[in-house]
Amino acid sequence: MTLTAPPKVPVDGAPGVPVASKRRRRTAASGPASRTLISVVDLRRHRTLYFVVLGLTLLVFTLVFLFPLYWMVSGAVKSPAEFARSTPTLIPESFHPGTYVTAWNNMQIAKYFTNTVFYAFGGWIISLLVDVGVAYALSKLKPIFGKIVLGGMLASLMLPPTALLVPAYLTVADLPLVHINLLNTPWALWLPAAANAFNVYVLKRFFDQIPNDLLDAAAIDGAGKLRQLWSIVLPLSRPVLGVVSIFIIVALWKDFLWPLVVLQDPDNQTLSVALARLANTSQVPPTEFMAGLAIASLPMIVVFLIFQRSIIGGLGSGSLKG
Amino acid sequence: MTRAREARAGLLRRKLSDNLLAYAFMAAGLACFALFSWYPLVKGVILSFQQDNFVVPPYWVGLDNYRALFADPLFYTAWKNTLFFTALALVFGYVLPFFIAVLLNEFRHFSGYFRVLVYLPVMLPPIVSVLLWRYFYDPGNGLFNSILRGVGLPESQWTQSSDTAMISLVLISTWANLGGATLIYLAALQNIPGELYEAAELDGASIWQRLRHVTFPQMRFIMLVLLLLQIIATMQVFIEPYALTGTSNPDTVTVLVLVYRYAFTVNNDFGLAAAMSVLLFVVLGAFSAIYLRLTRSAD
Repeated sequence: MTLTAPPKVPVDGAPGVPVASKRRRRTAASGPASRTLISVVDLRRHRTLYFVVLGLTLLVFTLVFLFPLYWMVSGAVKSPAEFARSTPTLIPESFHPGTYVTAWNNMQIAKYFTNTVFYAFGGWIISLLVDVGVAYALSKLKPIFGKIVLGGMLASLMLPPTALLVPAYLTVADLPLVHINLLNTPWALWLPAAANAFNVYVLKRFFDQIPNDLLDAAAIDGAGKLRQLWSIVLPLSRPVLGVVSIFIIVALWKDFLWPLVVLQDPDNQTLSVALARLANTSQVPPTEFMAGLAIASLPMIVVFLIFQRSIIGGLGSGSLKG
Repeated sequence: MTRAREARAGLLRRKLSDNLLAYAFMAAGLACFALFSWYPLVKGVILSFQQDNFVVPPYWVGLDNYRALFADPLFYTAWKNTLFFTALALVFGYVLPFFIAVLLNEFRHFSGYFRVLVYLPVMLPPIVSVLLWRYFYDPGNGLFNSILRGVGLPESQWTQSSDTAMISLVLISTWANLGGATLIYLAALQNIPGELYEAAELDGASIWQRLRHVTFPQMRFIMLVLLLLQIIATMQVFIEPYALTGTSNPDTVTVLVLVYRYAFTVNNDFGLAAAMSVLLFVVLGAFSAIYLRLTRSAD
């Protein structure tokens, strides 16, 4: 279950919008704060209270949100006996970082990790190719029935993906007309992921802001439509392409229910699905399992720490207009 | 005369080729949407009136699937559980982030740290959070019972008792998801013009009154939008019951878990699962329609 709030992509940094405005907004948000519920004067007057509340909040939030992760990472290096103790140890008394290596090899985490990386990056490339094509055509080539096509795609935002689980599964199992079975192949993840109306919409809105004069000028110089896309539209769209890429990869990495049903062959499973299966079926020592969980989270944490500005900014900037 | 006709023909030809080119750019996308979005929608409805189980070719059964659903006691349990989960998840996951955001918005220090902190669990693969909490919930030596024992409080059976199972699912779900709502609230809070608070303060409004008469009205739209999104998201709950209590536990069976059971664990009864999905779709579709209405009209 995820909050399906369509992440909002910051549309500033668009061509034509000077970079300075972006920077100004950023400092305005983090710099000398604007007036909030409590005035600066009041905050100054009750300095001690402010710092007590701040300190308590820091403590509680760190405990609630960070401690479970610490427990996971440190639990993995404990000895199985220490892990099972009824009074848990805060700092591991035994230190076996080798558990991570054991988990990587024994639980075949290596295989599932590679699978997941392959699915995420393949899906990323295919989604970008497909969605950029649609967005460019709708935005700059404006074909007849373009509005209807866009409407039809946006209408799919109304469909909760889980409500289509069963018919989509049967479709993947036997593609209409061509009768190909995609189950247990990467295509079962890649193609449905490409049908993402939100990405199309975000890309199209960004492309809409690119002045047509630029494209016309290129056309006079003899550039075809593909050349215009490649040499003008895409280079100008780097920020939005980056943000859309992050969302595609993160979504593919975190997905569970869909890979659970379309990749039932253990050899092809994603890390998430494999972990869920191993949790129920095998005799994996809990410390190794902790290591497995930590390995599965690591890429997402790294992505988050590197791209936190885009991710948090994407969620927060402005309202929630999907 | 002929030149004009030629010019018109040329224009027509160019328009045609432009359109062909545009549709060539969209071909892959149209195919993907047609196959995995539009077609399954139609197929889902058709399927709900058919018997389909991979064994025999699908055939029409009229309303039999729906009749079978209404005759299955689990059907009512699943809806009851889902609504209970949604209601509880709203209390925690909808109200709590609002107050967290109001609190965080007042801090002049560590604001970046707090944002990263609350959003960190959202970034984890959901199954990781749930499986991690499975260890915390362990009634024997789990972390939570160890803590409760340590401070001298009675221990709990957590997911293993029908009294606390659902609440346990809501707790993990809230922990894993509240970061998103918190950050959206925070962004909205920062868009409230400071002058409004100034003016209220000059009129002698207390903190609570300012919250009540300035913050709330300014946040009404975003709160409504988030309410709808939260309902839509929580009604599709699956991973928590799947990984914590199993798909056959009547205490926590939800609508989506039942769909999964019908289609993938018991006997591949796709027709029955499709009928259940159609009902879920109707309910969620109503909320989605309101949501899109709201956000479009604000555009």
